[in-house]
Amino acid sequence: MTTTEKPTEVAGRRPLRLGPVSAVWRPRTASVVLGAAILLVLVAAVSIGRGEYSIAVPDVLRVLAGGGSRGETFVITQLRLPRVLCGALVGAALGVAGALTQGVARNPLTSPDVLGVTDGAGVAALLVIVLAGSGGTAVGLLAAVGLPIAALIGGLLAAGLVVVLAFRQGLDAFRFILIGLAISVALVSVTSWLLVIANVQQASLALIWLRGSLNARGWEHVVPIAVVLVVVLPIAIALAFRLDALDLGDDAARGLGERVDRSRVMLLGLAVVLAASATAAAGPIRFVALVVPQVSVRLTGGSRPPLLASALAGALLVVAADLLARVALGGEVPVGVVTVVLGAPYLLYLLVRRTRKDSA
Amino acid sequence: MSAETEDLISSPETAAAVRLRAEGVRVGYGESIVVGGPDGLDLDVVDGSVTAVIGPNGCGKSTLLRTMARLLTPKHGHVLLDGRRLDAVPSREIATVLGVLPQDPTAPEGITVADLVARGRHPHQRWFRQWSADDEEAVAEALDWTGMAGFAERTIDTLSGGQRQRVWISMALAQGTDVLLLDEPTTFLDLAHQVDVLELVERLNRERGRTVVMVLHDLNLAARYAERLVAMHDGEIAVAGTPHEVLTEATLRDVFGLEARVVPDPVAGTPMVVPIGRGGKPRVTDAAPN
Repeated sequence: MTTTEKPTEVAGRRPLRLGPVSAVWRPRTASVVLGAAILLVLVAAVSIGRGEYSIAVPDVLRVLAGGGSRGETFVITQLRLPRVLCGALVGAALGVAGALTQGVARNPLTSPDVLGVTDGAGVAALLVIVLAGSGGTAVGLLAAVGLPIAALIGGLLAAGLVVVLAFRQGLDAFRFILIGLAISVALVSVTSWLLVIANVQQASLALIWLRGSLNARGWEHVVPIAVVLVVVLPIAIALAFRLDALDLGDDAARGLGERVDRSRVMLLGLAVVLAASATAAAGPIRFVALVVPQVSVRLTGGSRPPLLASALAGALLVVAADLLARVALGGEVPVGVVTVVLGAPYLLYLLVRRTRKDSA
Repeated sequence: MSAETEDLISSPETAAAVRLRAEGVRVGYGESIVVGGPDGLDLDVVDGSVTAVIGPNGCGKSTLLRTMARLLTPKHGHVLLDGRRLDAVPSREIATVLGVLPQDPTAPEGITVADLVARGRHPHQRWFRQWSADDEEAVAEALDWTGMAGFAERTIDTLSGGQRQRVWISMALAQGTDVLLLDEPTTFLDLAHQVDVLELVERLNRERGRTVVMVLHDLNLAARYAERLVAMHDGEIAVAGTPHEVLTEATLRDVFGLEARVVPDPVAGTPMVVPIGRGGKPRVTDAAPN
C-alpha cells in the first residue's frame, strides 16, 4: 500500500452543506418530489377545468397565476379551487401520517387506521348525525361544535385510547397494532349500531360521510387542514430524524442516545393529528395513508417512507381519485370509493409479497 | 474533602483510570433479581482494556452488559461512566463516549452499507445537521478501516453474515466512542468469521485504544482475545481475572458444570479448554495418523 492519506468521502452519500446546515444529497428523492409536484399541478388544473362550464388547462393555470377573465376567476377561486385544494391537503396529510406511522411501526401494513383514528372519527360523526338532539349532553356538546370538530375529537380520543392501552413499560409496535385493530373493530360495531337505529335520511347522510367525499367543500374546509399541515409538517420533518435511530431496534436506538418511547409517542401523536384533521375535513378516505408511503419508498429507493414525497404523492392520489370519480364514474361518487377500489388490490399485493418472502 | 482529592487517595496506585464501573448493581425483571447477589454486583472496567464476560446460558451476562450500557436500569446500585452516574447524564451525551452493539440489531429493509454506518453518527447530529464534514470523515474512515469501503453502496441484504457484522462494527466505530460494549458479536458466525470479528476488536483496542467489554460464548476465543475474563454464575461474578486465573479446571466445573482439561493453546499460549464429555472416547477410531 502506497497511499497513506485518510479517505474523506463516502460513496453514495454526496454532501449538501450550507453553513451549519447539512444533509445528504439524494437525487432520486429530489426527482420524485419534483415529478410529483409537477404532476399534481397538472392533474389539479385538469380537475379544476372540468365541470358544467369547462375551462381549458392553460386558462386554469393562467387564473391560478393571477390572470384570466373575471368570470373564470370567480368559478375557479370560489367554486372549484377549494374542492381540489381540500383534496390535495387531505391527501398530503394522510400521506405524511401514513409515512410516520409506518416509520414508527417498522411495518408496511400499518396506517393511522390501525391507530383507531378513522373509526373513532366515524363514530363521533355518526353520533352527531344520528343522535343530535336526543343523545344527552355529551352528544349535544359534540353536535354543538359541528361535524368536522366532532370527528376530529373522536379520532384523537380513539387514538389516545389505543396508545394508552398499548403503553406498558414502553411502546411496543406490535402491541399497538393489535390493540388498534381491536379498538377499530369495536368502533365499527358502534358505527353499525348507529346506522341501524338511524332513520333513512340520517343513514344516507351518514353513509356519504363514511365514504369520504370532497363534494361541496369550500374555503371553510380548506383553511383548518392547511393550518394543521403548515404547523405539523415542519415538526414532523424535524422529528423524523429520530427514526434514523429508532429504525435499528430499541437497544441500538437507546445506545445511540435516543429516548425511544418519548420519540415514538411524539411521532405517533403527529400522525394522529394529521390523520384526524384529514378525516374531519373530508371523512374517512381509506388506503391513502397505507398505500402512498409504500409507493413513495419504492420510487425514492430509501429504507423508510420519505415524508415530503409521501405528502406530494398523497395529494396527487386524492386529487386524481376525485377526478376519476367525477369523470369515469360520473355524478357525485365519493372519492373514498375510488381510493378503496385502487387501494384494496394493492394491499392484497403487499400481503402476498410479504407472505411469500416470509415463507421463502 | 473535595471529590477530586478523594479520588486521588482512593486509587493512588492505579495507573489506568476506571472508565466504567458497576457499584452494588442488582438488576431484575418484575420481582425477580437476575443479576447481583444480596449485596449487588461490583465490576470495574479499566481504560484501554478488553474484557470478556463469560458464563453458562442464563447466567445474566447479557443482562449485566445491557445494564452497563444503560439499556436496563438497575433496581439497586448504579453504573458510573468516568465517575458520573449514567442516570445523571443525558443519554445522548453518554452516546458520544459509550457505544453499544446489541445482540440482534435490525437493519432497515433495503438500506445501504454507507447509510447504515452513517447512523452511528446519530448522537453527533441534529435534524438540520445530518451530514457534516466530521460525519463524512468518520464514516469514510470506519468503512475503510473495516475493509467495507468497497461495499458502501451495496444493500445490507446482499451481504454475508460475516460482512454484515463488519458493517455493524463499522457503525459502532463511526460513533467514535472510547468505550465499546459488544453483546455476543460472534453469534451466528462460522469459526473463520468469529476469528475475523475478534481480530477486528483486537485492532480496535490496540490501534485505537478503545476500551472493550464483550459477552462471548466461546471460552477459547475469549481467553485469546481478552486480557480480562469475568466468569458469571447465577447472576453473580464467580471469578474475574486474567485468562489463566479464570479458566481453571475447578472454575469450569463450578461455573459451567463442565468436566474439562485446560491445556495451553498451541498458537497463543492462552489457556484452552478441552471438554472431557463421555470420557474422551472417540466415536470414530480413525484418529490422526501417527
